[in-house]
Amino acid sequence: MFVLIVGAGRVGSAVAKTALTKGYTVSVLDEDPLSHERLDAGQQESWEDAGGQFTVGTALELEALIAAGIDQADVFIASTDGDNTNLIIAQIARRQFGVDRVIARVMDPARASWYSEQGLHTISPTQHAIDLFDRAIDATTV
Amino acid sequence: MIIAGGGKVGWNLARELMSKDHEVTLIEARRDRYLVIEAELEHAVQYGDATELWVLERAGIQRADLVIAVTGDDEDNMLVCQVAKEKYLCDRIIARVNNPRNYQHFKLLGIQPAVSATDLILRLIEHEVPRYGLVHLLALEEERLEIIELEVPGDSPVAGRRVADIDLPDGSLIISVLRAGGGFVPKPDTVIQAGDEVLLVLDPGLEESITTSFAAPVQRARG
Repeated sequence: MFVLIVGAGRVGSAVAKTALTKGYTVSVLDEDPLSHERLDAGQQESWEDAGGQFTVGTALELEALIAAGIDQADVFIASTDGDNTNLIIAQIARRQFGVDRVIARVMDPARASWYSEQGLHTISPTQHAIDLFDRAIDATTV
Repeated sequence: MIIAGGGKVGWNLARELMSKDHEVTLIEARRDRYLVIEAELEHAVQYGDATELWVLERAGIQRADLVIAVTGDDEDNMLVCQVAKEKYLCDRIIARVNNPRNYQHFKLLGIQPAVSATDLILRLIEHEVPRYGLVHLLALEEERLEIIELEVPGDSPVAGRRVADIDLPDGSLIISVLRAGGGFVPKPDTVIQAGDEVLLVLDPGLEESITTSFAAPVQRARG
């Protein structure tokens, strides 16, 4: 299975490393060459030696997406630091490249919820945090 | 009307539209910029990120006739227009394309019309300095038609010929002739003269054959 992750921040790079350990083919695209360091951090061998792929490029550039292997991708993860960027590139991955599984990280719960009603798989860390806080409050007995 | 983005384009658009008695709400996300605009436009400008749904709702998107997204960020413009159209069922949207290479994404998401200043300026430059002897005036994407303008050079094979005798490819039609500062719609027996500017409507992809029928062999630069 080929997993393409766009945006190698804390979330993207961690997901990339886990996916590679599980034996998936993993390609990471990020506009910042330095983000490569996050992929190497704490690992025995470099990201490439471990079998990972890394491309420097902007998510909206089709050439960059193609260089990162979007044509072969089975899973597309949009985890840049921009909600709108993630929502747009996720739709490009689905509509233009026909990627089977497309998941977008969307901090804003309102946008995450509406786009998920439209059939896009969104994950909202903010919503998860809200739910966890709510539950933590409920669990607190005074 | 809602305008997302209070840069030069958004602010001036707001001012023009208000002077034409439209009800306008401009949304600007930068606090300092908002305060500057607010000094002039007062309550017509609101502070906030136009890609936040509640900000759009506060600006009255549910009853907007037109949403114009002109921020400096193409993703934001696409998102504002997409939710305006698909969530709030706004009939008319206009999006600004900052990077012409992103135009294809606007098209993919059905965000039309999408206007690129770079493209507009390029068209103007081509109009003034036609590199290919052919100027794209308008592309009707939905209708799959293009309108082009062509200057008839002195050694053109069509100079001195009647419109009826010009061998044009199927799917093209001469709709107007600009001559001596005026324009008219030609009849079959109108004689095309060297120096005329001719407007044609055509199916996409016919530019090449039109150029060959009109222009004398010119060196064509390939972009």
